Amino acid sequence: MRLFALALTLFAGLLRADDWEDTLAEARGQTVYWNAWAGDERINDYIDWVADTVSDRFGVTVRHVKVADTAEVVARVLAEKAAGRDSEGSVDLVWINGENFAAMKANDLLFGPWTGSLPNYHYVDEAGKPTVLVDFTIPVAGLEAPWGIAQLVFMVDTATVDEFPRTMAALRDWAKANPGRFTYPQPPDFLGSTFLKQALIGLLDDPDILQTPADQADVEAVTAPLWDYLDELHPHLWRGGRAFPQNGPAQRRLLADGEVDMALSFHPPEASSAISQGELPDTIRTFVLEDGTIGNTHFVAIPYNATHKAGARVLANFLLSPEAQARKLDPEHWGDFTVLDLDALPPAERARFEMIDLGIATLSPEELGTPLPEPHPSWMEAVEALWQSRYGAGN
Amino acid sequence: MARGTESAASLQVGSDARARRGPLGLFPALTLGLLLGPLAAGLLGTLLPAFGYLPALGGEALGLAPWRTLFATPGVGEGVRLSLTVGLGSTLLSLGLVAVFCAAWHGTRWFRWLSRLLSPLLAVPHVTVAFGLAFLLTPSGWLLRLLAPLTGFQRPPDWLIVHDSWGLSLMLGLVLKEAPFLFLMTLAALNQSNATALRQLAASLGYGRTSGWLKAVFPQLYPQLRLPVFAVLAYSCASVEMALVLGPTTPAPLSVQLLRWFNEPDLALRFMASAGAMLQLGVVALAMLIWCGLERLGRDLGRHWIRWGGRGLRDGWLRGLSLGALGGCFTLTLGSLLAMALWSVARLWRYPDVLPASFSLEQWLRHTDDILLPLWNTLSVGLAASIVALVLVLGCLEHEVRAGRRPTVRALWLLYLPLLIPQIAFLFGIQVLLVGVGLDGRWVALLWSHLLFVLPYVFLSLADPYRAFDERYARSARCLGASANGVFWRVRLPMLLRPVLVALAVGFAVSVAQYLPTLFAGGGRFPTLTTEAVALSAGSNRRIMGVYAVLQMGLPFIAFALAQGLPAMLFRHRRGLQVGR
Repeated sequence: MRLFALALTLFAGLLRADDWEDTLAEARGQTVYWNAWAGDERINDYIDWVADTVSDRFGVTVRHVKVADTAEVVARVLAEKAAGRDSEGSVDLVWINGENFAAMKANDLLFGPWTGSLPNYHYVDEAGKPTVLVDFTIPVAGLEAPWGIAQLVFMVDTATVDEFPRTMAALRDWAKANPGRFTYPQPPDFLGSTFLKQALIGLLDDPDILQTPADQADVEAVTAPLWDYLDELHPHLWRGGRAFPQNGPAQRRLLADGEVDMALSFHPPEASSAISQGELPDTIRTFVLEDGTIGNTHFVAIPYNATHKAGARVLANFLLSPEAQARKLDPEHWGDFTVLDLDALPPAERARFEMIDLGIATLSPEELGTPLPEPHPSWMEAVEALWQSRYGAGN
Repeated sequence: MARGTESAASLQVGSDARARRGPLGLFPALTLGLLLGPLAAGLLGTLLPAFGYLPALGGEALGLAPWRTLFATPGVGEGVRLSLTVGLGSTLLSLGLVAVFCAAWHGTRWFRWLSRLLSPLLAVPHVTVAFGLAFLLTPSGWLLRLLAPLTGFQRPPDWLIVHDSWGLSLMLGLVLKEAPFLFLMTLAALNQSNATALRQLAASLGYGRTSGWLKAVFPQLYPQLRLPVFAVLAYSCASVEMALVLGPTTPAPLSVQLLRWFNEPDLALRFMASAGAMLQLGVVALAMLIWCGLERLGRDLGRHWIRWGGRGLRDGWLRGLSLGALGGCFTLTLGSLLAMALWSVARLWRYPDVLPASFSLEQWLRHTDDILLPLWNTLSVGLAASIVALVLVLGCLEHEVRAGRRPTVRALWLLYLPLLIPQIAFLFGIQVLLVGVGLDGRWVALLWSHLLFVLPYVFLSLADPYRAFDERYARSARCLGASANGVFWRVRLPMLLRPVLVALAVGFAVSVAQYLPTLFAGGGRFPTLTTEAVALSAGSNRRIMGVYAVLQMGLPFIAFALAQGLPAMLFRHRRGLQVGR
């Protein structure tokens, strides 16, 4: 029986290899339009490197379609579906997760399941990193390939701050004592929304309610502690809470300009990376809250009407390769955590990861702790809408 | 064009039949079709979803639901208010600034000097100026760094300047861009008027320089400025790129909110967004209506003022103020551009350093590859759009000359239409249209969407010099046996080479600056310098923004330099065709 199973696995492997050879052959000569958020120059550089490498090795041309908000891409695919263009779509691969994934999945805009057929998917750490299977409580179901892991950390300038506020209450007290020196990106920017969710989790007695869709709960009542908290916090924020940076990088620029002392980041090695690039002073460090911070996985997905699906899969497979994942982890290049299980890798491949210096401001996995799960996307939408009407709509 | 617009619009029959028969007669109709056909289709394509009709998205019945959702959305009312105040405020400021400056300084050396300085600024895209200005004004920015030794601020003060809730910094940004435009339009109008004689007449009656000009010249001049002023008003009410960088955020002006809704993955929002686009159209219309009211008010007050007869001799303060204000605008713009250029070669530049602590060419070297494609797209679309526009405009103008009729004011309004309607009101409809015919994301679609905005400017730029051409040259050539076409190719075109090339450069500069059309029609497949710059403006790195800013100013600058330099080189042996003769 075991022999049979082994034979079956081998056979399946062979089949898969054959299939993959076909995919590689089909992909050669294709041009993949990869729609990816482009607000961060280092990430753009990393994508350029990926594009060059994939072109050299597999004959697939990669075009980085730079987007300011991934929702634009979802909107475009939707528009194409609405216009009846069910093939030859303009998007071949999209960098995605969370509510955008939920929206594409709900509207049947995704191709697949396809990720299981990627040779490199084999190394993905499904057991140790459950967020690669469940994206904001929505099952991934092979419709998007994991690319990297993010966790919320606070960047802080130790030149001015000695003691890190490690709870939401401590953060509020710190802001009161240091008026104008903290802010967060304006929701619906994902980092700002993450801050709201983080605050909500920290303020609720039983955050488990956030794992079920929001329409099953009394949203006003559940989120009441959050609004009390923000009402108290906002007058002490940068610009008195009357303006907010529009996204994470803009907020990091404020930290770099010395306008604030603390900023949020979704990439634990981002601070080290920015220090090494001369963008942030070397007095910046990072910390997480006592009870942990939110973490999630970001993915790449193929729209149902993509023109170059084979090329997109070859690209996604390369993104999962130890080589590409290790380079992505290196703060010199990006500083984004890997989705691979390092223990499962061959020693030579594992060495690539072990050689990387994560930098002076990066927390160790132990210090980061287990990431908290993302709430259901409906909570994010509900909280964003309420935030908008309370703080984003003027008087 | 204008001749044709007139014939198509008011159906004038029985004009010069000879001119109508030739292929030249097709130009006006073609131009009109290219400009107005898709514009109307685009408006309809936005209007129907605004009332719930878009079968592709499941909207089958007409209704008011999108409007109810729109008005129930928090922040919309405030966004409308901002759109109005920013639009009216910046237009009023720009026009006031330009009018008073012209009144105070027309015919002086300062006037000529500043008119030469301001024209290149026109070619710089809005987003470039906005980004540089944001760096100048922000509390950790350049101005306060310069003042840091005086103020003693160790840390940047917590002042809300950029993104202020009143939209003041947005207004300032708009004035920096629109005042030079209105100034050059005034200059063109002045050249056709008898302003100098009027000014001297007013002076001989004992009027001061400023009040004399405002009383005698301005009332004559303003009718010619109305169209440009309305274009400025429409642009300022609905501007997107500048509002993104400088405008308030809690909430944002209506235009920015609209763009966000159009980009939302939730399909249902498309209906509301379309209704919002129509609302934006209504807001622009309302702003124009208010402006018309202001015009009446200004006229009545002006008449009283004129009848009152004050000579306004002590206008030294006003002259100083207007020179300072316009000079200040120029300095701020130049400072913004300089700051961006510095950022492109900076390595470490932290508060409160006035200059970068270290320089490097790293940004330029590292991004060479990324820049090539946007640069190529910008160049190719810009050149193609301006050349196509030039051919159409030349055809229309030549037709006008041969048919021997001038366009009516109404025809000019038609030509201006793409500039008077907020882009967002028809671009979504056009996108749906393009997707429907399978042309979205094609280069041709991109070219045509740029043409929509390039064409009016090329026409504006070329029409006056073309009409001012001394027809005696043409007549002499005809007498010597040249055909009508021969006159065009061998006399008119060579003699008008300079304005033709300038029109081409204007068209190119307009194309370089297009953001929304590139986004909607290009389907994200044609990154240009401007779309890349707007995408990057959201990011943290001013250094890479600096690289794009330098390229964005550089391209139009090269175009204008060529437009000035080529004729000078070609005509170096022809004294009569050199500047200043």
